[in-house]
Amino acid sequence: MGYALSLSEGWDVAIGCRMTDLVAAYLPLAIFIGVSMVIAGALLVAPYLIAFKKPDPEKLSAYECGFNAFDDARMKFDVRFYLVAILFIIFDLEVAFLFPWAITFGDLGWYGYWSMMCFLGILTVGFVYEWKKGALEWD
Amino acid sequence: MNTFMASSFGPALPEIILAIGVLVLVLVGAFMGNRSNWIIGTASFALLAAALLAVGLTPPTRTTIFAGSFISDDFARYMKALVLLGSAAAIALSSDFMEREGFARFEYPILILLSTIGMMMMISANDLIALYLGLELQSLAAYVIAAIHRDNVRSSEAGLKYFVLGALSSGMLLYGASLVYGFTGTVSFPGIASSLQGEASIGLILGLVFLSAGVAFKLAAAPFHMWTPDVYEGAPTPVTAFFASAPKAAAMAMAVRLFIGGFPSITESWQQIIVFVSILSMVIGAFAAIGQTNVKRLMAYSSIGNVGYALIGLATGTQAGVQGIIIYMAIYLAMTLGTFALIIGMRRGNQYVETIADLSGAAQTHPWRAFCLAMMMFSLAGIPPLAGFFSKFYIFAAAIQTGQMMLVVLAVIGVLTSVVGAFYYIRVVKIMYFDEPKPGFEKLPDGAQAVLIACSVVVVFFWLIPSPLVDSAAHAARSLFH
Amino acid sequence: MTALFFYLFSTVAVASAFMVIAARNPVHSVLYLILAFVNAAGLFILLGAEFLAMLLVVVYVGAVAVLFLFVVMMLDVDFAELRQGFLQYLPIGGLIGLIFLVELVLVVSTWSISPDALQVPLASNAPLEGITNTEAIGRVLYTRYAYFFQAAGLILLVAMIGAIVLTLRERAGVKRQDISAQNARDPKEVLTLHDVPSRKGLPESVS
Repeated sequence: MGYALSLSEGWDVAIGCRMTDLVAAYLPLAIFIGVSMVIAGALLVAPYLIAFKKPDPEKLSAYECGFNAFDDARMKFDVRFYLVAILFIIFDLEVAFLFPWAITFGDLGWYGYWSMMCFLGILTVGFVYEWKKGALEWD
Repeated sequence: MNTFMASSFGPALPEIILAIGVLVLVLVGAFMGNRSNWIIGTASFALLAAALLAVGLTPPTRTTIFAGSFISDDFARYMKALVLLGSAAAIALSSDFMEREGFARFEYPILILLSTIGMMMMISANDLIALYLGLELQSLAAYVIAAIHRDNVRSSEAGLKYFVLGALSSGMLLYGASLVYGFTGTVSFPGIASSLQGEASIGLILGLVFLSAGVAFKLAAAPFHMWTPDVYEGAPTPVTAFFASAPKAAAMAMAVRLFIGGFPSITESWQQIIVFVSILSMVIGAFAAIGQTNVKRLMAYSSIGNVGYALIGLATGTQAGVQGIIIYMAIYLAMTLGTFALIIGMRRGNQYVETIADLSGAAQTHPWRAFCLAMMMFSLAGIPPLAGFFSKFYIFAAAIQTGQMMLVVLAVIGVLTSVVGAFYYIRVVKIMYFDEPKPGFEKLPDGAQAVLIACSVVVVFFWLIPSPLVDSAAHAARSLFH
Repeated sequence: MTALFFYLFSTVAVASAFMVIAARNPVHSVLYLILAFVNAAGLFILLGAEFLAMLLVVVYVGAVAVLFLFVVMMLDVDFAELRQGFLQYLPIGGLIGLIFLVELVLVVSTWSISPDALQVPLASNAPLEGITNTEAIGRVLYTRYAYFFQAAGLILLVAMIGAIVLTLRERAGVKRQDISAQNARDPKEVLTLHDVPSRKGLPESVS
């Protein structure tokens, strides 16, 4: 009991002070998300309530150019999709590192500048490598 | 901000040399393709040698850079030299193997170098973030190397198992690290040590437990050893040799710095964990190896047992114990690499064989190789006057010196399990010397031969001039207890 | 108000995390995972860590979840079959889990966090006046923690090399477009003009 109490007190201490203005700052976003969820939910639920439904096996089966479906629609993806996705993630992360750098650029000085150049240099070497290996080609 | 500019990078010079070199090699490989295999292999050696030289030139005084997260001292220098030698040997062992098996790629030495940078970062890590990043750099490269023979099902399986279990252990390590940070408010080892005066809370102990579990995983210490035999068996033999050598030394150095540097005031808490892990590793290493028929699996269990012995030194938490660990890891590296050099020589009829039965009668077909392997096995069994005896001697002596009942019992268990271990090591010798000979093996590749000669010299003649290794180990251990 | 959002986000996060392992269809699992990520991002915003919230949405929802979808599809494993036993064994598994939970609660409830322990991290994380948390990260990440930053760069490089080493295959007989070779073609070398005599056709040597 003491554990639960002290934990929730700690939580309030930790976030309580910043809380009120934070919620105020994001209030438009919260209302926006709320409204969009209500509209989306309404559009999802409405058909269940008012649409005319009379299913039969033919209607429910997948349409495949007039044939009966041969097999499951899920099939093996080529491993190249995976390669492209993982390369995308890597550069996504690289860009994520650029945001705080760009914001604080003025305060960082030369050390911060070269620190980022070094980081970009490492990843550029990787980029040259994958370019020359042909990992970005789709043949 | 200007204070950061003033910090000098001198102590990190070996890492910087390797990092810049790796980037250049990646570019060379990208532009020249697999024609550059030879150049990149040679250049990797040169880089490792340059880094070794730089390690030698770093001042032995204790210095920290990068806001205290990177530490350079005698201990770091010693272990880095060991790791660099281990990596160089791993590249040498693979010289012919990849071509013969048809998967030679220029990325292999590059990944070994990147892994080596990670290991050096682990050794020099002075806070939890640096430790984790070094560990991740080392393991991520290792997962790829394990699966580098990607058309081979067993190699892919080894890579996948290593990756999944390694990711799990990284998760445990991070969870432990976050708990430790939460309860001490800092990630740096000296900071943790100074905030831990007096009684440690349960939450912190929980964090310590998870940290130890993650570290034990990377060390392949029981009860987190399950992946080791499969990965060692499935990965290509030079890769197995690499896994069994340098990363073990780096993980051991990391564990020593983490526990002794970060938690010196609650020694009793982690001592129990280490003692438990150590006993279990020694027992499993000794008994599970008996039934093995594959040499690489045998070496996997042997490495589990050896980690158990080395952990006795950590359990003492004393300077003598750390000195014992350092000597143990150096000699262990020599024995393991020497044995693997011989396993790589087991090639007959255009394919590599790796069962113990394939060695039968090797004494008649290859007297010198059989002799070297016999010496390695006797040394691993701990028979005097070979090096393996001394490594165990220093560890057990350190445990008994403390006079603690638990550690003395631990040393006794260590002696008993080495007797059991001697059984399967000596069985290999018996098969080589007293069984019916099989057709001979092909000629040993040059790289493997060089590694074999170097390792055999260390193992056989260590007792003649032990002082360089022992004295520098004493210096290195002292630098941790300033 | 804040408490309302906290309980909203955390309830949905926990529930969708449960659905990740309980959903029969692996694609649904990934979609629930995305929901869990989005709610975790909401929790980060409540903590005032907007940058982390953005990263969670951009990197995890935008990239990692997509990768998971690829992997789920690439594996071509009938997960429905694999997890058939799950709900069947749920009662006994749940019972064992419950016993563990009760034991843990019994152990942990005797232990309360001392107020001092809670103060430690708060003291070291005192919010800086007048700057956003993205700025606060930027001020230390590239200078004080430059070492970690470069190490992260090397880890990303390993990931890049590793992904290519393990998955990229040279395909034989592929005709690629080589633009510089195309531009370098000289009409004088590749084109010849022939006067073809009527009813004779081109001589053998040319065709």
